[in-house]
Amino acid sequence: MKITFPHMGDMHIAVKAMLAGLKLDVVPPPPITKRTFELGIKNSPEFACMPLKINLGNFIEALENGADTIVMAGGWGPCRFGYYAQVERDILEGLGYKFKMIVLEAPDSRLYDLTQQLKALGENVSLWEAVKAIKSGWNKLNAVESVERQFDYYLPRAWDKDRVEKIYDKAVVNIDQAGSKEEAQEAAHKAIREMSHLDLKPGQPLKIGLVGEIYTLLEPAANYDICRLIGRMDAEVSRSTYLTEWINDHLLGGMVKKSVRKKLVNHAKPYLKYQVGGHGLETVGHAVHFAKMQYDGIIQIGPLTCMPEIVAQSILPSISAREAVPVMTLWFDELSGTAGLTTRLEAFIDMVHRQKIGTNKHVKEA
Amino acid sequence: MKVGIPRGLFYYYYYPLWKTFFQELGAEVVTSAWTNRQTVEKGVEAAVDEACFPIKVYFGHVRELCCEPLDYIFIPRLVSVEPRSYICPKFMGLPDMIKASLPELPAIIDITVDISKTDRLLKRDIIRVGEIFTHNKHLIKQAYQHGLFQLYKCRALCQDEYNMAEALRMWEGEEIALPANYNLNLGVLGHGYSLYDQMISMNLINRLRQMGCRVKVVENLDQDSVEAKAAEIPKRVFWTLGRKSVGSALLLESQPEIDGIIYLACFGCGPDSMVGEIISRKLKTKPFMMITIDEHTGEAGMVTRLEAFCDMLQRRKAVVSENYISAYG
Repeated sequence: MKITFPHMGDMHIAVKAMLAGLKLDVVPPPPITKRTFELGIKNSPEFACMPLKINLGNFIEALENGADTIVMAGGWGPCRFGYYAQVERDILEGLGYKFKMIVLEAPDSRLYDLTQQLKALGENVSLWEAVKAIKSGWNKLNAVESVERQFDYYLPRAWDKDRVEKIYDKAVVNIDQAGSKEEAQEAAHKAIREMSHLDLKPGQPLKIGLVGEIYTLLEPAANYDICRLIGRMDAEVSRSTYLTEWINDHLLGGMVKKSVRKKLVNHAKPYLKYQVGGHGLETVGHAVHFAKMQYDGIIQIGPLTCMPEIVAQSILPSISAREAVPVMTLWFDELSGTAGLTTRLEAFIDMVHRQKIGTNKHVKEA
Repeated sequence: MKVGIPRGLFYYYYYPLWKTFFQELGAEVVTSAWTNRQTVEKGVEAAVDEACFPIKVYFGHVRELCCEPLDYIFIPRLVSVEPRSYICPKFMGLPDMIKASLPELPAIIDITVDISKTDRLLKRDIIRVGEIFTHNKHLIKQAYQHGLFQLYKCRALCQDEYNMAEALRMWEGEEIALPANYNLNLGVLGHGYSLYDQMISMNLINRLRQMGCRVKVVENLDQDSVEAKAAEIPKRVFWTLGRKSVGSALLLESQPEIDGIIYLACFGCGPDSMVGEIISRKLKTKPFMMITIDEHTGEAGMVTRLEAFCDMLQRRKAVVSENYISAYG
């Protein structure tokens, strides 16, 4: 059995470690490239949202590399994601691939269910080994994210931005290859130490809050690496969702870290009173949260036609007016080009910068 | 007291219930006009660009009602109208979307309909809404029961080939005659609020009738058989309307007199993008056409496609009687 799974940001590092812990053969899909997009777009329904198309491209490339089992998450709506696995299976079978699909139908379940499902996946694994496998994946993910947060901090501040990116990219590879928790943490610390020795620009950069749909937020290929684009414009990005937080809230039931979800729901209440599936409520909650934290601007991103994000998009202008923070929405589909994206980001950041000069005398004009 | 009900979205499924409920509680019920060009223009202006066409049209209806002296406007939050199923995320945030986009609104009556797990909250919300008009809880419950009865009565009208929009007009006393002659049998599927709205669907059903087709919609089919067919696919579709579409498509395929199936989808509709794909993959023996519409669609293009589809069916019918031709080459 050779297992594969879809990409989502740095998730592959954790999943690889976890499946290896379950003594399974893993064939991760190759990194997302133009070919992944092309394969996905060619074979997906035209109006499906972009994550499905990238998923499908991942699967086709992994099956070409010899995978024969696909692990995919499920769900019970109302967001389309819950039906992804079914449509993807039909499409892949229609293309003539032979494979087995395992759908983990438990996005809001308890840790015990997850362990059981994973245990069922690994054939000769004890419960203890299953727990250990989950822990090993979790540790690597935490290590990657600690570097990522520092990366978001140093990229706008450093003079030598290429260097920051290089350190980060190398750290991710090192953590991926690390054999133990200690090695992973050592790789993370080394990268953070290196970043802290860089020459920094004086003054405080602009702070931009990035909110939106989780896949688009976490997968650089789906958002055309928007974090780096903004970082290179000397603005600090804070993402609303990190993978560890999401896993903690939805898979581990808030057991490992303190959940902030309740606070978000309260933040969103004056604007959106009901959950709308996907990350609609989180988007609204985080936008209010960022506004209250005195962020200079908020950018919402999502795949085109994403239903929960459209609800959030309709509500964001009233947040923008009441909390006095500029908000911009960017939709991503397979036709987005980076030039247009860069221009819009530059204009937004210029505008935010000017507004800040208008209200705050301490910031000098660039 | 005057209560306004926008003539969009779930108006087509629940209007008799809402109207009877408010009237029995002593309110005067006002609706916006049937969707027209102005509704569309007003809606497109107010809603975000990425919203789907029916949502934009709904914005137009609400804006039209805003021009009238109303005490309340009824914008329900429909989360789930049956256990373990949803409508669509946009319905779940509809009152909030409207409030954020249209500043000058009459007071909104927003009732949350969520019976995905339990109907306890719905019952409480019905009382809460009723108490705006009267403190007699018995009267409120009675009004709701009468509403349900009227809804049942209206839906019973759909047993012939009438669609929900026609049933609503007949329920209010109009008489509608259907053409008696036809030479093709078609199944037409889609979300009722776009399919039965003559402006959104560009009069799709009547156009087909004029071309000599007898049109069957979801509501004309036996609902138990639809559910049974929908249960055949591996994972239950968790959108109420989507599941009915899938079930109807499979049921229609099993009916020998049906010549072809048309699915009307709205651009940007999330459930449609998945459901349409499932249907087109499951249908093996009957021709299937998916039409996607938005506010820009020119009528001529759609008419051409309908004519071509019908022509193709006619020819196929003539040949099939001699030897079988697969619907997919």
